Amino acid sequence: MADTRHHVEVPDGERSGRVRHAATTLLRPFVDYRRLAWLWVRAFAQYRLSLILMSLAVMVSVLIQVGAVVILFGHAGTLAGFTVMEGLLVFGLAASAFGTADMFAGSVERLGNHIRSGTLDIMLIRPVSPLVQVAADEFSPRRLGKVVPALAVLGVALAGVDVEWSAAEVALLALMMLSGTLICAAIWVITGCLQFFIAGAREAANSLTYGGQALTEYPIAIYGQEIVRAVTYVVPLAFISWQPALLVLDRTDPLGMPEQLRYMGPAIAVLLCACAALTWRFGLRHYRSTGS
Amino acid sequence: MTPNETVHRHAPGEPIIEAVGLGRDFVLSEGPFLRRTRRTVSAVGDVTFTVRAGEIVGYLGPNGAGKSSTMKMLTGILTPTSGTVRVAGMEPARRRTRLAAEIGVVFGQRTTLWWDLPLRDSLSLTRHLYRVPKREHAERLAELTELLELGPFLDTPVRQLSLGQRMRGDLTAALLHAPRLLVLDEPTIGLDVVSKSTIREFLLRSNAERGTTILITTHDLGDVERLCDRVMVIDHGRLAFEGDLPGLRATVPIPRVLVVDLATPAPMIEVPGARAVRVEGPRQWLELSDNPARVIAEVARDHEVVDLTLREPDIEAVVSSLYRGTMPVERAGSA
Repeated sequence: MADTRHHVEVPDGERSGRVRHAATTLLRPFVDYRRLAWLWVRAFAQYRLSLILMSLAVMVSVLIQVGAVVILFGHAGTLAGFTVMEGLLVFGLAASAFGTADMFAGSVERLGNHIRSGTLDIMLIRPVSPLVQVAADEFSPRRLGKVVPALAVLGVALAGVDVEWSAAEVALLALMMLSGTLICAAIWVITGCLQFFIAGAREAANSLTYGGQALTEYPIAIYGQEIVRAVTYVVPLAFISWQPALLVLDRTDPLGMPEQLRYMGPAIAVLLCACAALTWRFGLRHYRSTGS
Repeated sequence: MTPNETVHRHAPGEPIIEAVGLGRDFVLSEGPFLRRTRRTVSAVGDVTFTVRAGEIVGYLGPNGAGKSSTMKMLTGILTPTSGTVRVAGMEPARRRTRLAAEIGVVFGQRTTLWWDLPLRDSLSLTRHLYRVPKREHAERLAELTELLELGPFLDTPVRQLSLGQRMRGDLTAALLHAPRLLVLDEPTIGLDVVSKSTIREFLLRSNAERGTTILITTHDLGDVERLCDRVMVIDHGRLAFEGDLPGLRATVPIPRVLVVDLATPAPMIEVPGARAVRVEGPRQWLELSDNPARVIAEVARDHEVVDLTLREPDIEAVVSSLYRGTMPVERAGSA
């Protein structure tokens, strides 16, 4: 360790070299992810028909959910003060965040399989973060089947709601969407890590991931105060679609929760990602001290 | 490559693996929920050994003896509960990622290759994951392709490869980043004679030409006899023997067995220098304590012999009698 630290004057060229080195080190996980994911895409491309059919099936299931939202709002007129278009905005935000997170990190839910079959050991002997490898595992273009219709619904809703768009507002929305996606991905990783400790924790974890998605697809005020508090302060699902929607629509919180909450998305996302990283490290350490 | 080609072996160099008092306990939870009791079992007890650069060392032992746990500790997959281990100067559990670039690992029962893609694609992924410069990779791949005769199936999807071809692919994947140490967990399991021999000759050659250190676990006597300078036998988590192969055989003298097929079933053969241990119809098993030629002559004088086979004690038998006898740790001079 000690010999890596030289207290010597560093020439400028070398310094920029170091900066470049630091940048490559920082980007490494993403580069590795891309390589692994691309290999999986090509592997799945071997079964083109199956890929197309699966993508279509996923798309249809998203469209059915959209239909459910439209019918529900159609009957009720407004829910928690939200019109159909506003309801679709909430749905679009939730579905695109979950869809994108699922695309990039959803495979973590299969961690238990990797532990049981020993493929996690194979990942541990490569000089690449095992989290990157687990997340990129079986990366399939069919997951676009979730993201594309979700983004389409979001697009329609954004065009349909009564909002004056400015550049700042668009940037804010993009930031909130990114935060929402990161929150989903972090939840995915944290719940996936349960499988380090409990065999078969996947089903329990799914109640939070998929259950969470179903919950956030509707304006959560309809569920009542207790649920809203829980998904704001305990499992911060409210920051995926509900708070960003309030922000975009410039609506006062129907349950009278603090207005500042709607700007908290990015901070929550950073915090949750840090939690996810720690949980992963803790889980992996547990694994390496129990073996399989 | 011919099996009889003499290869120049380097003298063993610096220690590349140093295990001192290495141990690994597992805590098992048993019984029904709420009344669960915890029990600690030791997978690896107190293992001390050194492997020097350039050596080929066999790590033997029955299933469940602690071989895999040791291998996992050496590669950083598992953290030891006692003792210390250093591999290539690093503590594996703490520097797993760094170490991964220095060692190559092959688990014979699992593959690191992409099932649905041509072998070539998995190998070029290795280049990226291990950050091997393009030219170096191309040279090394060309070399390995020639030595392991990968040419005919480089562009075949891995799922269509035979087990032997796949294993050659896995070996290539483990060696493309030119590791100093190669850790092999049953690399010849399930392979036919030709594939086994290709792999053994290849390993000998890598060791001789590149000085690659090899630590190998196997149940195959042929692997051990052809490859290993030195063997370590682990049983019940402890080293039961460490030394060379003749030393191992001498520790536990196990008689050779002569299998005789007679023309007609006969009562147990009684000849000097042999003891019948088993009779099955016309076939009898004789444990030899004397020169087999003399025994064969004796048997042939009294009976009509249809067929004969002489069985060398296999390493499994030596190993299993070694741990049945609960021998003290013995170190035959070799290292």
